[in-house]
Amino acid sequence: MVERPADEHYALIFMAGAIQDLTTARQSARPRRATEEGPLARWTLILLSVGFFSAFLLLPLVAVFAEGLRRGAALYFKTFTDPMVLSAIKLTLLTAAIAVPANTLFGVAAAWAITRFEFRGKQFLSTLIDLPLWVSPVIAGLLYVLLFGSQGVLGPWLQAHHWRIIYATPGIVIATVFVTFPFVARGLIPLMQAQGVAEEEAALTLGARGWQVFQRVTLPKIKWGLLYGVILANARAMGEFGAVSVVSGHISGLTNTVPLQIEILYNEYAFAAAFALASLLSLLALVTLGVKSYVEWRARQQSEQSQISPL
Amino acid sequence: MKRILPGFPLTLGFSVVYMTLIVLIPFAALAAKAFSGSWEHLWAVVTSPRVVASYKLSFGAALLASLMNGLFGFITAWVLTRYRFPGRKIIDGLVDLPFALPTAVAGIALTALYAPKGWVGSLLAKVGIAAAFNRLGIVLALVFIGFPFVVRTLQPVLVALSEEVEEAAALLGATRFQTFRRVIFPAALPALLTGITLSFGRGVGEYGSIVFISGNLPFKTEITPLLIVGKLEQYDYQGAAGIGLVMLLASFGILGLVNAVQWWSARRMNITH
Repeated sequence: MVERPADEHYALIFMAGAIQDLTTARQSARPRRATEEGPLARWTLILLSVGFFSAFLLLPLVAVFAEGLRRGAALYFKTFTDPMVLSAIKLTLLTAAIAVPANTLFGVAAAWAITRFEFRGKQFLSTLIDLPLWVSPVIAGLLYVLLFGSQGVLGPWLQAHHWRIIYATPGIVIATVFVTFPFVARGLIPLMQAQGVAEEEAALTLGARGWQVFQRVTLPKIKWGLLYGVILANARAMGEFGAVSVVSGHISGLTNTVPLQIEILYNEYAFAAAFALASLLSLLALVTLGVKSYVEWRARQQSEQSQISPL
Repeated sequence: MKRILPGFPLTLGFSVVYMTLIVLIPFAALAAKAFSGSWEHLWAVVTSPRVVASYKLSFGAALLASLMNGLFGFITAWVLTRYRFPGRKIIDGLVDLPFALPTAVAGIALTALYAPKGWVGSLLAKVGIAAAFNRLGIVLALVFIGFPFVVRTLQPVLVALSEEVEEAAALLGATRFQTFRRVIFPAALPALLTGITLSFGRGVGEYGSIVFISGNLPFKTEITPLLIVGKLEQYDYQGAAGIGLVMLLASFGILGLVNAVQWWSARRMNITH
């Protein structure tokens, strides 16, 4: 086993799907009886894990849809005509539309710098990139309230210029940027490290310029890893609750994202509407997992092909 | 190393500016705010009984949940990598659901399930167990949130274990359980510990899935992140910053713990080889 710094563990988690082909290979070559458990032990373990999975993961998902549809389909769909709900959906889309591209740009730049060059403070930069995965979302929100809030460090200066960041859209966007910036970088770094730089250097010797190298050589090699990070960042951006809740101020129709609107509906005992809106985010989560599986499959195919093709 | 590839100043410069604006300056603001008053006041805030009760709850519930995830995560990772059964691919694809599902959605779904009239809560109520609006509910929510960490850190390790070693153990007369206890489990232990620690770290800071199910009673079911939110709502910025600083230090401690596990496992591997 190779030594891995802790910060690569998230990369491992992200890439865990890529091991599935190995799993299948192991099982298609039927192992000998001596390395197999008896049927009793095997089925006990399978039942335990399926039982746990159904009770703890599947049941909550089913509950969202069941509760959303409890008062009938008419009420379910009526939720999505409520102006407050629509404005929350708009704000969530706007937030993701800013935070995800910004973090994609950052992720590519950081991964390029970290995997292509040696420099002092590289480990520090790597650790910083992982930080939001460690820090409580509430702390993420707190950071920006302490910086931009009315009693924050920059508060008086912002007020003098009549700029509002906290309890307004900019604060929501910044908090979302914070919680989602690791995903693209973390998806790309292990991939680009594994791919090496031989092909980029070959392109340079053939006369390609910097941007051409990236566009023609690197981008096609990393596109599935990139997409992988982008969809994970997007799911988190649209679903973030803790960090956004702290900076939003919960002004209905103005600063509520979809998860915050769910909280408000729930606290107003509008359960059917809350769960209807929650089912929308659950669908997003399922689509994300589906796309993630597909992207992992394509990434695997791509890496297999590049191994087979003669150079 | 000579830099042949282009783009070093641009990409590093952009990354550093981005990190400075998004991370470093806000952290400096947090530290400045926490230490803006006297040390005595800061200490009094972060050690007040209500805050200490919330630390105990946040860390205790996260510990219980991460241990439970260690057990069931191990079984699930084992079953997914070793056995073939109907539904395996579905489970493997949905293990990441807690990563993808927004925490607020998880929170209200779990509350609906475990509330006294919910599908599971009504069953538990019959045997006199209250899950929602109780500490048990917090642990159950954290089990949901932390489950993927253990499975996803263990899976690659269980796949990579060489079958020859297990065959050798069997040839030397080990029973299947002895092989597991003496050969497989020690090899998987570092990954298991890492997964448990990651699940623990996530649980300590978790907010969205807990606020709905916990009932939020001071001294009873009030987690530390919720206290921070409460302080902010009362415009007690310094108090919020102080508690936030304690939580941050705890997070760094947990990060150090994961690094220690990695270091220990790497050293152990070097000795055995």
